[in-house]
Amino acid sequence: MLEVDGLSKSFRGLHAVQNASFAVPQGGIVGLIGPNGAGKTTCFNAIAGVFAPDAGSIAFAGKSIHGLRPDQVCAAGIGRTFQIVKPFAGLTVLDNIVVGALLRSKDVSAAKSYAAEIMERLGLGAKASLPASSLTLPDRKRLEVARALATRPKLLLLDEAMAGLRPTECDQIVAVFRELNRSEGLTILLIEHVMRAVMALAQKIVVLHHGEVIAQGAPQDVVRDPAVLECYLGEETVV
Amino acid sequence: MIARLLEGVPRRGLAMLAALLALLLVFPQFASGYLLAIGFLILYFAFVGQAWNIMMGFAGQLSLGHSLYVGLGAYAAAALYVHFGLSPWVGLGASIGVCALAGAVIGFLAFRFGVSGVYFAILTIAFAEFARIGFDHFAWVRGSSGLFLPVANYIENDLWNLRGSPRMFYYLMLGLAAGAFVLCHALLRSRVGYYWLAIRESPEAAQALGINLFRYKMFAVVLSAAMTSLAGVVFAFYYNNLFPEQIFHISRSIELILGPIIGGIGTLVGPLVGALLLTGLAEGLGELLLALGVDVPGVKQVFYGVCLLLVVMFLPDGVWPPLARALGLNRKG
Repeated sequence: MLEVDGLSKSFRGLHAVQNASFAVPQGGIVGLIGPNGAGKTTCFNAIAGVFAPDAGSIAFAGKSIHGLRPDQVCAAGIGRTFQIVKPFAGLTVLDNIVVGALLRSKDVSAAKSYAAEIMERLGLGAKASLPASSLTLPDRKRLEVARALATRPKLLLLDEAMAGLRPTECDQIVAVFRELNRSEGLTILLIEHVMRAVMALAQKIVVLHHGEVIAQGAPQDVVRDPAVLECYLGEETVV
Repeated sequence: MIARLLEGVPRRGLAMLAALLALLLVFPQFASGYLLAIGFLILYFAFVGQAWNIMMGFAGQLSLGHSLYVGLGAYAAAALYVHFGLSPWVGLGASIGVCALAGAVIGFLAFRFGVSGVYFAILTIAFAEFARIGFDHFAWVRGSSGLFLPVANYIENDLWNLRGSPRMFYYLMLGLAAGAFVLCHALLRSRVGYYWLAIRESPEAAQALGINLFRYKMFAVVLSAAMTSLAGVVFAFYYNNLFPEQIFHISRSIELILGPIIGGIGTLVGPLVGALLLTGLAEGLGELLLALGVDVPGVKQVFYGVCLLLVVMFLPDGVWPPLARALGLNRKG
């Protein structure tokens, strides 16, 4: 569904991503992991259209999305969350999600009812009329996800959506993603440091280090890969 | 349509609005000429404040050069009337066109090249200043010596040519202010309204949700400019004289944004409350001092300053949000 081929992006002298290639199959859940500064978010931003890559191609559903603006990428069917959450602080929780829902339904009342559905799904129902600025971080993370889901994406990009959540909260949201993946065939690409979530969700893991893909494959294989252990996971994770 | 507009508006708010409207409608029956002039000014500032609020309060784009649109609107209709005898109702088509175009040019330059925040505000000031200096040398509209509309004593109100009594202008302005209020209310409940607020709160997040930032910001600027031009047209035919040094002056831009800032940026009622407070109280204070035999020049400006200071210090969201809570109207209505 998503094919990233030979992606490179530099910021001045820094090669944030170099010649990275990976694919996300339709209906799959792929985890993108790696140490801080490995280029994960840069990869995301290139896919989401925040900036155009210096080299390489990005194709979504068979079409190139190279050089599209973020709103065009979203309209094409890719939803995203931000690592540093960006709620519409002055709007209520429901209105935040309505903004997302308005992409596919021009009618405000239809968008509202769809948004309410998503809100319930993410467990934010009780906070519908609170301003987003009053939410705690875990709730803001959930709101980020709800807003992105409201745009009815085919592919969801999650940038550390689980970071800062307690293990039980993490498991709850993992269950939501699994359910969406199973019932609606939602494809997910997630950046995550919380290995508990990655291992629970991902069918495939791509490991970035210094902007390069150093390993990819099934989770069980990747977490035993010596190169990955050395640069990221550390020895103690070997069971 | 009407049922839809009223949906979710608190009953009490609606009753208060109706009472206010009724009060404003009968006000000229009791008001002296002086009070009527103040009433006109309040409605004028309520209207331009509402127009400005679309850009800043809804879409988050700070304009400090709205006198540009007042001036261009005023000059376009007045020049067509003076030179060709065209009715202002025809002329306002030209006013709207010119102002929408000016807004589109500024918006295009800013949004296409990523000018935002204070730099955008500076750009709007620059264009108002270009106009001020340019019109000083624009011979067709008499340059710096001013454009005067022919004045005579009219026995009857000539609504078609906007020649007539202050009362006629008062009702015209009331119609505009009420129309702007209803329009903004409808806009806030529409898709566009949601998108504007999203852009105001976080442009990056808005764009990631599929919102075309350029298109919606442009729409806000063009609509705000076009609405402001109408105020310019009324201004020209009410005062009958136009000087570039006055109408395009930056103090005019600032004067018209004080109302919504003090009333509450981004709220529907804020511009109205702000205009009432500022113009009403400032003029009232001047009169009171005069009646007490104290003649202090510049007391109005000092009053504006004090108001602004108090609001910034104690009511950073403006007067309306806490007032609405006190009145039991928690919704935007």
